[in-house]
Amino acid sequence: MEINKYNVLVKKHTPKENILLNGLISFIVGGFMGVLGEVLVELYAYFLHIPTKEASTFMIITLVFFGCFFTALGFFDNLVKFARCGLIVPITGFAHAMMSAALEYKREGFVTGLGSNMFKLAGSVILFGVVSAYAFGLLRIIIMGG
Amino acid sequence: MTQEYENVYINDTAIISGPYEAKGPLSSYFDKSYNDLYFGSKSWEDAEIKMLGECIDILLQKTKKKINSIDALISGDLLNQIVSSSFNAAKLNIPFIGIYAACSTSTLGLLIAANMIEVGQVKNIITSVSSHNCTSEKQFRQPVEYGGPKPKTATFTVTGAASALLSSKKSKIRIISSTLGSVVDAGIKDAFNMGAVMAPAAAKTIYNHLINTKTKASDYDLILTGDLGRYGKDILKDYMEKEYGIELNNLDDSACMIYDIDSQDVYAGGSGPACIPLVTYGYILDKMKKGKLKKVLMVATGSLHSQVTVNLKKSIPAVSHAICLEANL
Repeated sequence: MEINKYNVLVKKHTPKENILLNGLISFIVGGFMGVLGEVLVELYAYFLHIPTKEASTFMIITLVFFGCFFTALGFFDNLVKFARCGLIVPITGFAHAMMSAALEYKREGFVTGLGSNMFKLAGSVILFGVVSAYAFGLLRIIIMGG
Repeated sequence: MTQEYENVYINDTAIISGPYEAKGPLSSYFDKSYNDLYFGSKSWEDAEIKMLGECIDILLQKTKKKINSIDALISGDLLNQIVSSSFNAAKLNIPFIGIYAACSTSTLGLLIAANMIEVGQVKNIITSVSSHNCTSEKQFRQPVEYGGPKPKTATFTVTGAASALLSSKKSKIRIISSTLGSVVDAGIKDAFNMGAVMAPAAAKTIYNHLINTKTKASDYDLILTGDLGRYGKDILKDYMEKEYGIELNNLDDSACMIYDIDSQDVYAGGSGPACIPLVTYGYILDKMKKGKLKKVLMVATGSLHSQVTVNLKKSIPAVSHAICLEANL
C-alpha cells in the first residue's frame, strides 16, 4: 500500500483530540493560576510592605517552590495531565519540567546524572526564552526608543 | 520464512507483573506481582534486572530444574544494550543469546529456541523478556514524573517479566510452526502512534504465515497480536482486508487485554516486550490447557526506533514474528 493511502487509512482509525475541551480546561486553570499569582503579589506587598515589583519575584518563587514540591510528592503530573497547558505554560510548568528531570536522573550521580540532565526539558525554554527576550528587547528599542 | 516443528513443547512458563498489571483483569494468572515500581531496588533499571532474574528463578522452581541443566538462555528487553538480560546472564553463567526485536522480542526468542530444539542442538532452553514502564519512559519518552499530555494513540509500557522453558519433552502446549518476519517501513513518523507503525508488519507476517502453512485465518481459534493498541487493532483489520483480502474475525490484541482499557489510565493500551507473553503465558495457555482454545497464532510486533531517529524525523520501521501454538491434550 502506498504511503498516502496508508495515511488515509490510519487517519480514519485515529481518534480526534478534544481541542475545544482541552483548551477550555487550560483556559480556566491557567486563568485561575493568574488570579492566584495576583493574590500572592497583593498579599506579599501588603504584609511585607514591599513594592509590587519585588512582591512578584516572591510570587514566582512561591509558585516554583510548590510546582517542584508537588512534583517531588508525585501527584503534580496527574494535575498537569488534566490541566495541560493551564499548568504547563505558567511558571509551574517550568518548575515541573526541571524537577521531574532532576528526580529522574539523580541516581546516575550528581554531575553525570542530575547536573547533565536536569535541563533536559527546561533547557530549551531557557535558551529560547533568553533569545526571544533579546529579540523583543531590540524591537522595543527600535520601535519605541526604550 | 516459515518453519514447522515436530517436537517442540513449552514445558512451563513464569510471569511477574508490576502494580498496574496486577490491577488489570488477568492478575490471577501471574506467578507474582509487585505493589510498587522499585521492588526494593535503588533504581528502576535495578528493579527491571531483579524482576527478570526472579522470573527465571520461579521458572526453574516450577520445572524443578537446576540452572546447570539448562543449555542456553535467550533473552531480550527494551533497555539500551539489553542490559536487563545481559546482567542476568552474567549471574546465571550459562550460554546466552541476547536478542533485540523491540516488542516482538518474545516471539523471536521462542522462534530461535524452537529452531535449536528441533535440530537437537539443545535439550532445555529458557527464553525470557522483560520491560519496565519507568525505564522505558525514561529512555524513549520523557521523565516519569513529567505530566505533559500524550495523544490518545500513545501506549503504556507494561511492567513485567516472562520466561518459558522449551524442550522436546511432551507437554500440553506444542509449538507447531513459526514465521520469521521482515522489517516493514510504512512511512509513519509518529512514535506516539505505534499501532499504525506496526500494523503493516503484523499483516505481512500473518499473510506469509497463512500462505506458507497453507492455512486460512479461520483455522485459528485466536490470532493474538502483540501491542497494537485499540486503534492499531482496527488499522490491522482494515489493512489486512484492503491489502491482502483477508478478513480477521478472530483477532485480538494483548494491549487491549492486559489492562482494563476503559477504566485504567493507559491511553490506547499496553505495550512493551512483556505485553504479549504476560497475556499468553498465563491466560491463553490456561485456556488452551482447558481445551477452550486449540490453535493460537501469536504475532508479536515491534517498533524499531530510537529517540534519536525520532528526533531526526525518520520514519519508523517495524517487525513482527509469529509463533503458532497448539494444544496437545
